[in-house]
Amino acid sequence: MSGSTLLQLALLIPPLALAGIQLTGRWENLREAVSLVAATGLFAVVVSLYQPVLDGGAIASHWLELLPGLAIAFRIEPLGLLFALVASFLWIVTTLYAIGYMRGHGERNQTRFFSLFALSIGAVMGIAFAENLFTLFVFYEILTLCTYPLVTHAGTDKARRGGRVYLGVLLGTSVGFFLLAIIGTWLLAGTLDFKSGGIFAPGTDPALLSLLLVLFVFGVGKAAIMPFHRWLPAAMVAPTPVSALLHAVAVVKAGVFVVLKVCLLIFGLDMLKTIPATGWLLYLAGASILFASIVALRQQNLKKRLAYSTVSQLGYITLGALLATGAGMTGSALHIVMHAFGKITLFFCAGAILVAAHKTEIWELRGIGRQMPITMGAFLVASLCIIGIPPTGGTWSKWYLMLGTFEAQQWLLMGLLMVSSLLSIAYLLPIPLRAFLGGERPLEDGAGEAVAIGEAPLPSVIALSITAAGCVYLLLFPDTFYRLIAAGI
Amino acid sequence: MLTHLPILQVILPLMAAPSCLVLRRAGLVWLFAFAASLSALAVSALLLQQVLANGPISYALGGWQAPWGIEYRIDLLNAWVLLIVSGLSSAVLAAAHTSIASELDGGRQTLFYTLYLLCFAGLLGIVATGDVFNVFVFLEISSLSTYALIALGRDRRALWAAFQYLIMGTIGATFILIGIGFLYMMTGTLNMEDLAARLPTLGNSAAVLAAFAFIFVGICLKLALFPLHQWLPNAYSYAPSIVTAFLAATATKVALYLLLRFTVTVFGVEFSLARLPLESLLIGLGLVGVFVASTVAIYQVDIKRMFAYSSVAQVGYMVVGVGIGTAAALQATLLHLFNHALMKGGLFLALAGLVYRTGACRIEHFRGLGTAMPWTMAAIVVGGISLIGMPLTVGFVSKWYLIAAALDRDLWWLAVLVVLGSLLAVAYIWRLVEAGYFREATGSAVAARGEAPVGLLLPTWLLIGANLYFGIDTRLPVAVTAAASQFLLGGGP
Amino acid sequence: MPLASLYNYWIVIGLMMIGLYMVIAQGNLIKKIIGLNIFQTSVFIFYISVGKVEGGSAPILDGGEHLYSNPLPHVLILTAIVVGIATTSLALALAIRIKRSYGSVEERDIRAQECPRPGEGGPEC
Repeated sequence: MSGSTLLQLALLIPPLALAGIQLTGRWENLREAVSLVAATGLFAVVVSLYQPVLDGGAIASHWLELLPGLAIAFRIEPLGLLFALVASFLWIVTTLYAIGYMRGHGERNQTRFFSLFALSIGAVMGIAFAENLFTLFVFYEILTLCTYPLVTHAGTDKARRGGRVYLGVLLGTSVGFFLLAIIGTWLLAGTLDFKSGGIFAPGTDPALLSLLLVLFVFGVGKAAIMPFHRWLPAAMVAPTPVSALLHAVAVVKAGVFVVLKVCLLIFGLDMLKTIPATGWLLYLAGASILFASIVALRQQNLKKRLAYSTVSQLGYITLGALLATGAGMTGSALHIVMHAFGKITLFFCAGAILVAAHKTEIWELRGIGRQMPITMGAFLVASLCIIGIPPTGGTWSKWYLMLGTFEAQQWLLMGLLMVSSLLSIAYLLPIPLRAFLGGERPLEDGAGEAVAIGEAPLPSVIALSITAAGCVYLLLFPDTFYRLIAAGI
Repeated sequence: MLTHLPILQVILPLMAAPSCLVLRRAGLVWLFAFAASLSALAVSALLLQQVLANGPISYALGGWQAPWGIEYRIDLLNAWVLLIVSGLSSAVLAAAHTSIASELDGGRQTLFYTLYLLCFAGLLGIVATGDVFNVFVFLEISSLSTYALIALGRDRRALWAAFQYLIMGTIGATFILIGIGFLYMMTGTLNMEDLAARLPTLGNSAAVLAAFAFIFVGICLKLALFPLHQWLPNAYSYAPSIVTAFLAATATKVALYLLLRFTVTVFGVEFSLARLPLESLLIGLGLVGVFVASTVAIYQVDIKRMFAYSSVAQVGYMVVGVGIGTAAALQATLLHLFNHALMKGGLFLALAGLVYRTGACRIEHFRGLGTAMPWTMAAIVVGGISLIGMPLTVGFVSKWYLIAAALDRDLWWLAVLVVLGSLLAVAYIWRLVEAGYFREATGSAVAARGEAPVGLLLPTWLLIGANLYFGIDTRLPVAVTAAASQFLLGGGP
Repeated sequence: MPLASLYNYWIVIGLMMIGLYMVIAQGNLIKKIIGLNIFQTSVFIFYISVGKVEGGSAPILDGGEHLYSNPLPHVLILTAIVVGIATTSLALALAIRIKRSYGSVEERDIRAQECPRPGEGGPEC
């Protein structure tokens, strides 16, 4: 199959899956089979694109021209493929996990859930492969709209409130800043196509560029830079698979991916260095990392703590992109992958604990490692991956990020990254350690209950083992992704 | 035959209106009115095609040449508006039979179609004519029939709303009449083209300024431009659903056409935008209208009323485009004219479906609508998304052009305010989404549920589908409006 | 030109103000309609005044050259008068229906009947 056919296929599989899921909605097993087949198919298609892209082949597809000069068009570049690879692989795992979770938890409206899940991944593919900012924006908004019903899935007052914050922040920033930035770019540069080295002519007014950069960084609310991070904790009311895939991988990574792409392909590294706003935004990203870590420390709800940890880690990626050095970019791109594997595992574990033990608060987890050894083991590995210490892949991305601050001679930021790593140790590691080593406190509040706790449903356990194994695998073989990043930068 | 198109456009519905009274049987009358509307649509499509091919068409009524007789003059601007009005009228009429049969009793249905066609003819006449007094006459034809149409509403408050609108509307129309009198006094002509040629020679005449002021205020009343919008929410809320859909999709559009015609063609951009402080006035009033009306919309319980306020807000956007005054901004306004007609037409038809099933459309009737009436609810969501201005819908196209036009003139603050305004739309649309999909139906609202009848659903989705289609394939509206705005600024009518 | 010679325009303005004031200030619907009528009539007089030519006769062409008033505004205003009558009759018809369903033609009473239900967003509430 030719490259562009594969590209079309990658974009069309999710909508087809949606149709399939809707049609087979009445028969649960069939519906889930459709989901799994689509997920596997999509991953296979994306993998088969790997070699052609690495060889430098131009794979593009032009869909339609909306307005003169504004087209829905796709072109695969290495970073986009990296993002697509991660998202499509984790879609398979999450689908597997979701099947166990949704049944185990007895959720309603499951057909709607799986349909929108598929649509969301379709939107992610659109974002990953977009040829220009406009296409990217279209799919960015579609992603927001498709994920909103997933956040509000429960239909309770709390869920609706969370949904309102979610939608308000994401739509507000994207329409309020992102769209303005895009139109501004269009008027200034005359094009929206991503181009290696940037699209602005040399000598463009740095003040205007600063304004645009600020609009971009704030406009991409999905990157959750403080003070536009509130939607992420609010989205934690969603069912856990949603939190796992969307709010650890698809949605937030779409955000930082856009920041990365804008820095690299709209501004270009050389121009980015010269823009006055870059410095300020770097410190803002740094502050976001630090504050989110501190807030995470104080959270007692497991999912909330993970959410703030995500905000903090997203700050790393944005910071790496804004450093405007080769190592910084590499670190950012690698961290997209590493954090995705780490955080999705953590969420899987949180969900497994909820399904099996009905516990959501951190203080309830003392000693739970004895009942759920696999889950808590995976939790430990994933925590290490987020923190960035061996034996996990997170080591690489943190290493490159440090190198980036070194190259850019940002000593303060370097120190900040170190402090924040210590903080992440403080908010993540105690959880699995207490789970294994802590006392028998869970028995106090109901002796019979504790005995009944076991591992979560099998599909869920398989899923979280796969992603935890992924974290370790990435330490040994980061090369698959590294080559893509090198080609991209 | 082809040479008589301009008059056929108006005369067809005008003659069809009284004929309705002869037919009597409701179903028959509907078919007849629908056929009349469709033929008007065909005529307007032909007209647009002719204008695109050969330039403006001038038609002397009754063979009397321009300075003495009434001239009908079709250029790109009014050909475009004619197409919008007749297209939307046909779509709304297609749904009328089902909805009207449930909201009016048998005898009144015939009268409804008569009034509808009269109103339709009046609107077409306003747009087609090139004679300012003729504008007044058609304005009154459409207004009088509108008052009666609103009064047909089931609620007794419809009467009160119609009466209020009658008072406001008559004052507005009389203001326009005074302005026309001044114009005639100063120039000795009623023909728009002659007026455009003679007015600049008069300089800063006080009488011309007075004429402009009277006409401007009169049109703004009809347009429901903030703060002259008070009549609109009541009129839209209590009129029969079909009437609301028709008025929302066409009447304000025609008023906006008048505003453009008078400010840009008759008085000229030089006079109205450069010499008078109209630019800041229009942009200011438009923006305040957007914010105030959208905010009020958020707190409405009656959803028809909510969308009525939303219409006031959307008029604000169009007026901002006129205020910016560049070709790009006028194009944005003309695009939004078309796009807003599609959105509101579709939305109000969807509401008509809800009223058909539940008898009202307050926010509590939306609870659980996602499962009870999935297609209607989906139509409202898509229409709402278009109203917000999400990509791939028509709303995005006009918003894009408006923001680009503002940035083009370095009005960053204006661009920011425009996008902020659309966020308010998110707030009021999302109340419906929340109620429809994430709340359970309760109490009396559950009774008599089921999907809206096909007769209503098809026209609704025709318009909603058009929202998507023209949001993706934008060639026709963009090409026509680009040419029309160039033409408007390029010279006389 | 002395102001007095423009007396007809002064009358127009006077009538216009009286009419508008009545429409705004009167709570009685019938009086509102009368006000609207006076307002419209002022405009009719305005048009007739515009068309009048000092010393001109009726515009009947009998071959001879003579001064005559401009007939066009007079013809126009015939149309406007017809429109005015239609408006008045429609307004009166509405007033009758309002009287039937509200039992009053006083604006105050009508509002009193609509406003007790807050949150409904009735007229003027």
